Amino acid sequence: MQDTAANNAVVVQPKLKKNTDLMRRILKNRALYLMILPGFLFFVIFKYIPMAGIVIAFQDYQPYLGFFNSPWVGWKHFERLFSDPMFFTILRNTLVLFFFNLAFYFPVPIILALMLNEVRREYFKRFVQTLVYIPHFMSWVIIVSISFVMLSMDRGIINELLVMMGFEKVNFLMSNEWFRPMYIMQVIWREAGWGTIIYLAAMAAIDPGLYEAARMDGANRLRQIWHITLPSIRSVIVVLLILKIGDVLELGFEHIYLLLNSMNREVAEIFDTYVYTAGLRQGQFSYSTAVGFFKSIVGLILVMGANWLAKKVGEEGIY
Amino acid sequence: MVQDKTAGSRIFDIVNYTLLALIGLITFLPFVHIIAGSFTTATELAQKQFVIIPSVWSLDAYRYIFSTNTIFRALGVSVGVTLFGTLFSMLLTALMAYGLSRKDLVGRSGIMFMVVFTMLFNGGLIPTFLVVKEVGLIDSLAALVVPTAINAFNLIIMRNFFQNLPDGIEESAKIDGCSDWGTLFKIVIPLSMPAIATISLFYAVTYWNTYITAILYLNDSTKWPVQVILRQIVILASGLTGDTSGMDDFVRPPEQTVKMAVIVVATLPILCVYPFLQKHFAKGALLGSIKG
Repeated sequence: MQDTAANNAVVVQPKLKKNTDLMRRILKNRALYLMILPGFLFFVIFKYIPMAGIVIAFQDYQPYLGFFNSPWVGWKHFERLFSDPMFFTILRNTLVLFFFNLAFYFPVPIILALMLNEVRREYFKRFVQTLVYIPHFMSWVIIVSISFVMLSMDRGIINELLVMMGFEKVNFLMSNEWFRPMYIMQVIWREAGWGTIIYLAAMAAIDPGLYEAARMDGANRLRQIWHITLPSIRSVIVVLLILKIGDVLELGFEHIYLLLNSMNREVAEIFDTYVYTAGLRQGQFSYSTAVGFFKSIVGLILVMGANWLAKKVGEEGIY
Repeated sequence: MVQDKTAGSRIFDIVNYTLLALIGLITFLPFVHIIAGSFTTATELAQKQFVIIPSVWSLDAYRYIFSTNTIFRALGVSVGVTLFGTLFSMLLTALMAYGLSRKDLVGRSGIMFMVVFTMLFNGGLIPTFLVVKEVGLIDSLAALVVPTAINAFNLIIMRNFFQNLPDGIEESAKIDGCSDWGTLFKIVIPLSMPAIATISLFYAVTYWNTYITAILYLNDSTKWPVQVILRQIVILASGLTGDTSGMDDFVRPPEQTVKMAVIVVATLPILCVYPFLQKHFAKGALLGSIKG
């Protein structure tokens, strides 16, 4: 009760100086600040100090000299990056994988959602959804492990089937040609089912009267999908497409790191794996930080641009 | 909705149902194959390739993987990290989310911006690694939890949930003499159990599935969680070059059945909680699409 009385006192004394008022409001909520403190410290220590740590991209960082005493070298590491032939390999790999994603993954959840949306028997729909959502909850290690067991040269089921049908065994796991199809198949397997959720939600909002009217006019099921369902979710598709483009550099470090080996490095190395190899494996802290910083900045610009574009086409952005 | 019963519509349905059933099956079949294969003998697997129901049942593979304590230890690490990690993350997330949900808090929007910005930009792998090293977490199990304690996305979902609780609840708690701590733990949290359950599941699945932080921060192979062991046994042993440290326990390439058994051990907990996951995650996925 005393607390409340004190609060009222603040209200009835509007002449109090602004500063004292602010101090009072902060003090009154000291418990709330205490609650925020651990989380705040987390963000400062593990998110913002590393951001400040990007300065080592402009230094020749030596662990024993630390952030403060390592010599400054300006843009040296960035110059090295842009003149490194590896840079173009990585850039090409990133772009190729991105287009694979766009061409072969992106339409799959849309088609799957359209198919599910046509199912009238609720139990069947729920059954299929249950099955196709499962892989989303598996770690990349599990997804890749299962693929590797099945694709293995040593009695993997896929190779045995190939032999049975009279083909040669294929070394899927250690080849340049098979890396991209394998990557995209795993992405589809893990994410396509889960990706339908947002489309299904958009489809659930479509007015059933539209379909009835279309039927009166003699439209068959495919025509109803083409002329009613698809146009109704067009804005969702456009927004997700734009956001996907903003994420072009985020191809999944956790995933690709597992697939990467000395035989497919030529096509599988992306920015994140290169940062890992150059930084932690070879100890080139400053150079790899420069590579990572370049990637983050380009990524930030792309996401902001994509979000701006998404708003421009009349949809609410994400941030 | 009125069903239309034309022949074309019926053909459409037949094709659609068949295709969907096939897609569902293809998605799930690999898991069935792995589970079935893990319960049979290596010879059976070699003779009859696509095992769905084994004709010879055997626990050989499991006996083999549990003959050393590598898997037990790794499972222990994974269970421990998942339990403590989820609890720790949930506590930090709920406390911060509640503070940030209160509209009278000075500096609230500044802190929110600070949180959201980390979703757009980060220091990157190496600077983060150096900070984790500086605070002395390398080779400590805490490295699997503390550096990833709060997920900004989960924090925002939680804060939105708290914010959408009716204002009157907090006011009446205040009038009854409840402190901010009391209001949070005695009133707000009990009212937010659906959101707490959803986000706890988010965290638990993430912790169970975590492997990259272990690879980055733990050199000591006795502290590796089961996902990292799985990677060592299946992925690195599939005739691939690369990082082969910590493979001492499985010197010769393991049999397919053994690999399958390890996959099952790492997968089973997720499959067990899957019914709950499905219920809550679908909601969570849509929550995320609502502007924060």
